[in-house]
Amino acid sequence: MTGKATHALVCALLSLWAGVAMGEWRLGLQDQKTAVGHAIYDLHNIVVLICLVIFIVVFGAMFYAIWKHRKSVGHQAALFHENTTVEMIWTVIPFLILLGMAWPATKTLLDLRDTSAPDLTIKATGYQWKWHYDYLQEGVSFYSNLATPRAQINNQEPKGEHYLLEVDRELVVPVRKKVRILATAADVLHAWYVPALAVKQDAIPGFVRDTWFRAEEPGVYRGQCAELCGKEHAFMPIVVRAVTQREFDQWVSEQKSKQAAAVGGSAVAATEAADGKGTYEQICQACHAAGLAGAPKTGDKAAWAPRIARGEAVLMQNALRGIRMMPPKGGNPGLSDQQVRAAVAYMVAQSK
Amino acid sequence: MEAAHGHAHEHGHDHIPSGIMRWVTTTNHKDIGTMYLWFSFSMFILGGIMALVIRAELFQPGLQIVEPEFFNSMTTYHGLIMVFGAIMPAFVGFANWLIPMQIGAPDMAFPRLNNWSFWLLPPAALLLILAQFAPGGGAGVGWTLYPPLTVQQGMSMDLTIFAVHILGMSSIMGSINIITTLLNMRAPGMTLMKLPMFCWTWLITAYLLIAVMPVLAGAVTMLLTDRHLDTHFFNPAGGGDPVLFQHIFWFFGHPEVYIIAIPAFGVISQIIPAFSRKPLFGYASMVYATASIAILSFLVWAHHMYTVGMPVQAQLYFMFATMLIAVPTGVKVFNWVATMWKGSLSFETPMLFAVGFLFLFTIGGFTGLVLSITPLDVQLHDTYYVVAHFHYVMVAGALFSAFGGIYFWLPKWTGRMYDEKLGKIHFWLTFVFFNIAFFVQHFSGLAGMPRRIPDYSLQFTEFNAISSIGAFGFGLSQLLFLYIVVKTIRSGEKAAQKQWEGADSLEWTALPSPPPYHSFETPPLIK
Repeated sequence: MTGKATHALVCALLSLWAGVAMGEWRLGLQDQKTAVGHAIYDLHNIVVLICLVIFIVVFGAMFYAIWKHRKSVGHQAALFHENTTVEMIWTVIPFLILLGMAWPATKTLLDLRDTSAPDLTIKATGYQWKWHYDYLQEGVSFYSNLATPRAQINNQEPKGEHYLLEVDRELVVPVRKKVRILATAADVLHAWYVPALAVKQDAIPGFVRDTWFRAEEPGVYRGQCAELCGKEHAFMPIVVRAVTQREFDQWVSEQKSKQAAAVGGSAVAATEAADGKGTYEQICQACHAAGLAGAPKTGDKAAWAPRIARGEAVLMQNALRGIRMMPPKGGNPGLSDQQVRAAVAYMVAQSK
Repeated sequence: MEAAHGHAHEHGHDHIPSGIMRWVTTTNHKDIGTMYLWFSFSMFILGGIMALVIRAELFQPGLQIVEPEFFNSMTTYHGLIMVFGAIMPAFVGFANWLIPMQIGAPDMAFPRLNNWSFWLLPPAALLLILAQFAPGGGAGVGWTLYPPLTVQQGMSMDLTIFAVHILGMSSIMGSINIITTLLNMRAPGMTLMKLPMFCWTWLITAYLLIAVMPVLAGAVTMLLTDRHLDTHFFNPAGGGDPVLFQHIFWFFGHPEVYIIAIPAFGVISQIIPAFSRKPLFGYASMVYATASIAILSFLVWAHHMYTVGMPVQAQLYFMFATMLIAVPTGVKVFNWVATMWKGSLSFETPMLFAVGFLFLFTIGGFTGLVLSITPLDVQLHDTYYVVAHFHYVMVAGALFSAFGGIYFWLPKWTGRMYDEKLGKIHFWLTFVFFNIAFFVQHFSGLAGMPRRIPDYSLQFTEFNAISSIGAFGFGLSQLLFLYIVVKTIRSGEKAAQKQWEGADSLEWTALPSPPPYHSFETPPLIK
């Protein structure tokens, strides 16, 4: 590939210039591990190559003029100062070149934004300064914090290999499956960015925006928050571990039994229902008990029937994102999705 | 300055107060232009020191010199001060000095308004400096001021918002003055299509400023009321929309980029023909290209927001519209190269900066094209690639052109010639260190280093070390510039009326160096 050859050449020149190549001297995008990523990588090579050719032509002409048309070699200035034909040509040709670039760019963009039919959906919520992940179908959820010790950051210990790009709990996903990420945030803007998987999605409080990736091979992919979010902005990394479907299933059941153990074994279901009632009494009933601001009254079967008929997924989505006068999670971003789900289930049960 | 002072006294109809009151009360376009330029330079030094704090912290991974809060406040105020304090006032300074001289007018249309436009700037700068000492330190939000982070900040945020208000007022009044002067005070016979290119670029820029500064003022006022009056414009918990702020901000912010770049194009369009000893190629197409860039700049704002998750149709539209800007920008670059083609070129310092501008600004244009392509931007948004891109446009673009302009017109303004040898050394130091500082940032960005972070993972170590070395070299080189300018004013050799052989606008052909206090008391006749 021309791109790779250019890359190698520039690399060689640069290390020559630097005297000695130490550490990582990567000059281009990270090695891409998704199909969309490969398309982006190639698109970047094409665009840079076209720019390079134009650059050489234009500045070749300029340096020729600098060399040959200088006063010190006795060149007399010509008098021309316009030429309609030439001006038309250099307006139309760039336009055509741009059209040529726009075609592959559009194709790649449509792929990039096609989040339909995912195999797995994970909600990523940005907090100051950590990520929270909810596996929506599997019911697994946890926080993911920076694992680099403070002593390394403060230069009291030597820095490890994955300095600042390591977490206590990784996001585990099955390889070769379409993983959809729903990005949102609890406080300020964040952005979920993993370069090797070609995803960057702003996480915006009050909004749920999606993106997706399909990791081609098992491995660990590292990224970090890409939108300024306060003082620890540099310290909220993202680590994605892609594993086989079998390993993934095993991981999910381990996580579930751990979570169950944490809340008291087989009593989970009962606890959740009780939780739902508690959450309802604390938060939801402020509007839903009396039917304020257009909220359907709890127990009003006629009002709830059409809503229940649209399915639990829609109810959940409305509860999480907010609908009409209702803010997301009833205005309590601190609630976990499970708590919201339990509260919704409680209200549905009361209104059937 | 002394010469200009004396000249006015000869005429005897103007009593100019002496000492500080001369500068406080002056309504003279030259005095005000001078103050704009010195103000701009002092802000450039202040913003530059902030940049060096940033680069010092980033020299090695780990936290060494400053705390993250302070680091964030440095990135915020470096940006605000450089954009609003250094670059914009520099070109308003040029406009003040040059527009009356280039169109054959005695002064600006509204001299008192002009005085006020300038004297609003120091209080605004003071607020930005005071913000550093507010409880909790300066606001660490980035110059883009995105909520909800801005709502979390302390009192420094309010001081910053007021500073932006005042700076906006100053810009709007300056623009009204420039437009009125250009439309009403041209010498007889000077039709619009005979205006020097620099005047044309300012006419277009002034309209951009009037259109977008109120939008910014509105956006920051909404922030202010969100912070103190619970208005919830941008607070999702109250039904507000954080993305709304980004739309409003960039509706201001993208034209702002051209507010900075277009006067720079104007300066370059004066310098290149002068040292090519050949008229500007395609004057008419240059005017149309500049106007189309200005119009397009209103239609592309959301290319700063590809990652917020707009509908794909909107992303496609903003991608196509943004790519389209490459056409008129290309026309400008081709016209400049065609102006040099078959000229009789010489390379004094202003021309070196103009050629440096052309070369590096084009690199910034190409990286802009890369960023305009949405799928590529998804990799590069909010990384150091963007930082490299806009420094190629802002520093190698606007700043190089301002340096070129200062060297070009300093002999006219002061009546004294700068030291050519030192000027050339200043150019080469600036050019080389600029590229050391910023070229490598493309690589850090491509590999995924986010911007606005005080600490980074080890893969970025080498490029950051190189960049920091370049930044310090670049910063120190600017002290040489200060020395050159002061030396010129104090002890430069006398400059000729037409110091540059190929210069052909009115300030060179009709006015001595330095020009009289009131440029043209009777308008010249333009054939």
